[in-house]
Amino acid sequence: MSPLLFLLLAALTVASALTVVVHRNPVHSACALVVTLCLLAVFFLGLDAQLVAFLQVIVYAGAIVVLFLFVIMLLNLQVEARAMAGALLVGTATAGGVALAVLVVTALRRAAVPAAANPPAGFGETAALARQLFTVYLLPFELTSILLLVAIVGAVALAKK
Amino acid sequence: MADVAITAAKSLFIVLLVVQVMGLGVFFERKVSALIQDRIGANRAAILGFAGLGLVNTLVADPIKFLLKEDVVPAGTDRVLHFLAPVLSLVPVLVTFAVVPFGDVLQVGGRTINLQAAELNVGILYVLAMVSLGVYGVVLGGWASNNRWSLLGGIRGSAQMISYEIAMGLALVAVVVTYGTLDLQEMARAQGHLLWGWLPAWGILYQPVACLIFMTAGVAESKRIPFDLPEGESELISGYFTEYSGAKHLMFMMSDFVEVVLVAALVATLFFGGWQLPYLLRDGFHLPWGAALALPSSAVALLQVTSFAVKLVFFTWLQIVIRWTLPRFRYDQLMRLGWQGLLPLGLANVVVSALVIVLAGPAA
Repeated sequence: MSPLLFLLLAALTVASALTVVVHRNPVHSACALVVTLCLLAVFFLGLDAQLVAFLQVIVYAGAIVVLFLFVIMLLNLQVEARAMAGALLVGTATAGGVALAVLVVTALRRAAVPAAANPPAGFGETAALARQLFTVYLLPFELTSILLLVAIVGAVALAKK
Repeated sequence: MADVAITAAKSLFIVLLVVQVMGLGVFFERKVSALIQDRIGANRAAILGFAGLGLVNTLVADPIKFLLKEDVVPAGTDRVLHFLAPVLSLVPVLVTFAVVPFGDVLQVGGRTINLQAAELNVGILYVLAMVSLGVYGVVLGGWASNNRWSLLGGIRGSAQMISYEIAMGLALVAVVVTYGTLDLQEMARAQGHLLWGWLPAWGILYQPVACLIFMTAGVAESKRIPFDLPEGESELISGYFTEYSGAKHLMFMMSDFVEVVLVAALVATLFFGGWQLPYLLRDGFHLPWGAALALPSSAVALLQVTSFAVKLVFFTWLQIVIRWTLPRFRYDQLMRLGWQGLLPLGLANVVVSALVIVLAGPAA
């Protein structure tokens, strides 16, 4: 991905992410979230990670945000009530965000950046990723699936209450 | 530069093919339904007395009428989203065809052109991603219209599409397990060999259950009878696109029909050999009793594209017939079929397919 394209996409991503937070209309916020997620998928494509990019679109943009929208529409929220957004909350959130940004930037500046190595052949392809996932990272993979199963059982238990 | 031109030409070709088949689909919708219901069907419009069995009506008069109608935007709508919803409904379905192969390879001037607009190694996941983005047109159209019927249609539509995407995904998992690839072109090529020397090894023979699940879920995704609850003419007027008129209404209608063609294309590619014509290999026909007919590469490619187009038209026609044969499901029946019928069946199919492949080796 050329630096110019990267900067353009990055600016768009930040703008749409800001829209998610700032916009008063929850449906518009959710739409901006979809745009943000799709732009992130484009970054993954630029990093030769096709599988991750499309999983991102399927799972987040295609399913999770649809459920957000579904709930917003069922509750028929027209414009968000801003009872919570007092000066204290905005101040705290801003301070937290700035602190996080400072933390990340300092950590990245101190970290030794490895020289850009040429990725091996077939890097990011589904077969290569699957081979890694089912050999080297098999245990974390299976543990994650158990975690998801627990979450599903928990959701069913809550729904039955 | 030549590569860009070739890709552009391939993309244009598949889009034009799809739009042609869609037009035929609309024609079937008017005339096949008439045949089924013992009516005459669309026959009013004619050019200089030529009605062409209703073709003039469906392919010339209808679109012109839609395009010339006033574009009404009701008061109180969310103007931006109301405008975007038809676009968000149509674009994801159309771009899905980028990974659908319409032929094997074409040899032109020393180049070997793969007859597929985009070669993605995640092929089928791209299809699922685009299909899942198609929900937004329905949801946002329903919400932005500021109308209770539209909102109800949008909510029903999103619930239905998400439910049936799961069944569709499970059917595809079984298919992927069978072929051992995610690329639709590789899947189509894998269906080229013969079983026992005479039977084309099409996917339907390996995955009949997945074919049934995929076809059912596909019809549900296109939101047409028997799964037309998001539109529900008798109760919701037109559901999520009640408040649309003119060209925007046409875009919603068109995305429904393009979805029908998409399901036809995927069923043909995954289960009925895609562009494969029985006994046609890259150098010509090889009939099971030993006769052979050598053909140039361009003739082979032309036959393959024709074979794909014929399958596309057939499965489009089949879906139209289904739509005019079955009555509509009740909402609880719809959800029960999706979650308690297709989902467990799909899961069982994946497990059985995986077991068979582990024990007996992959199919292709």
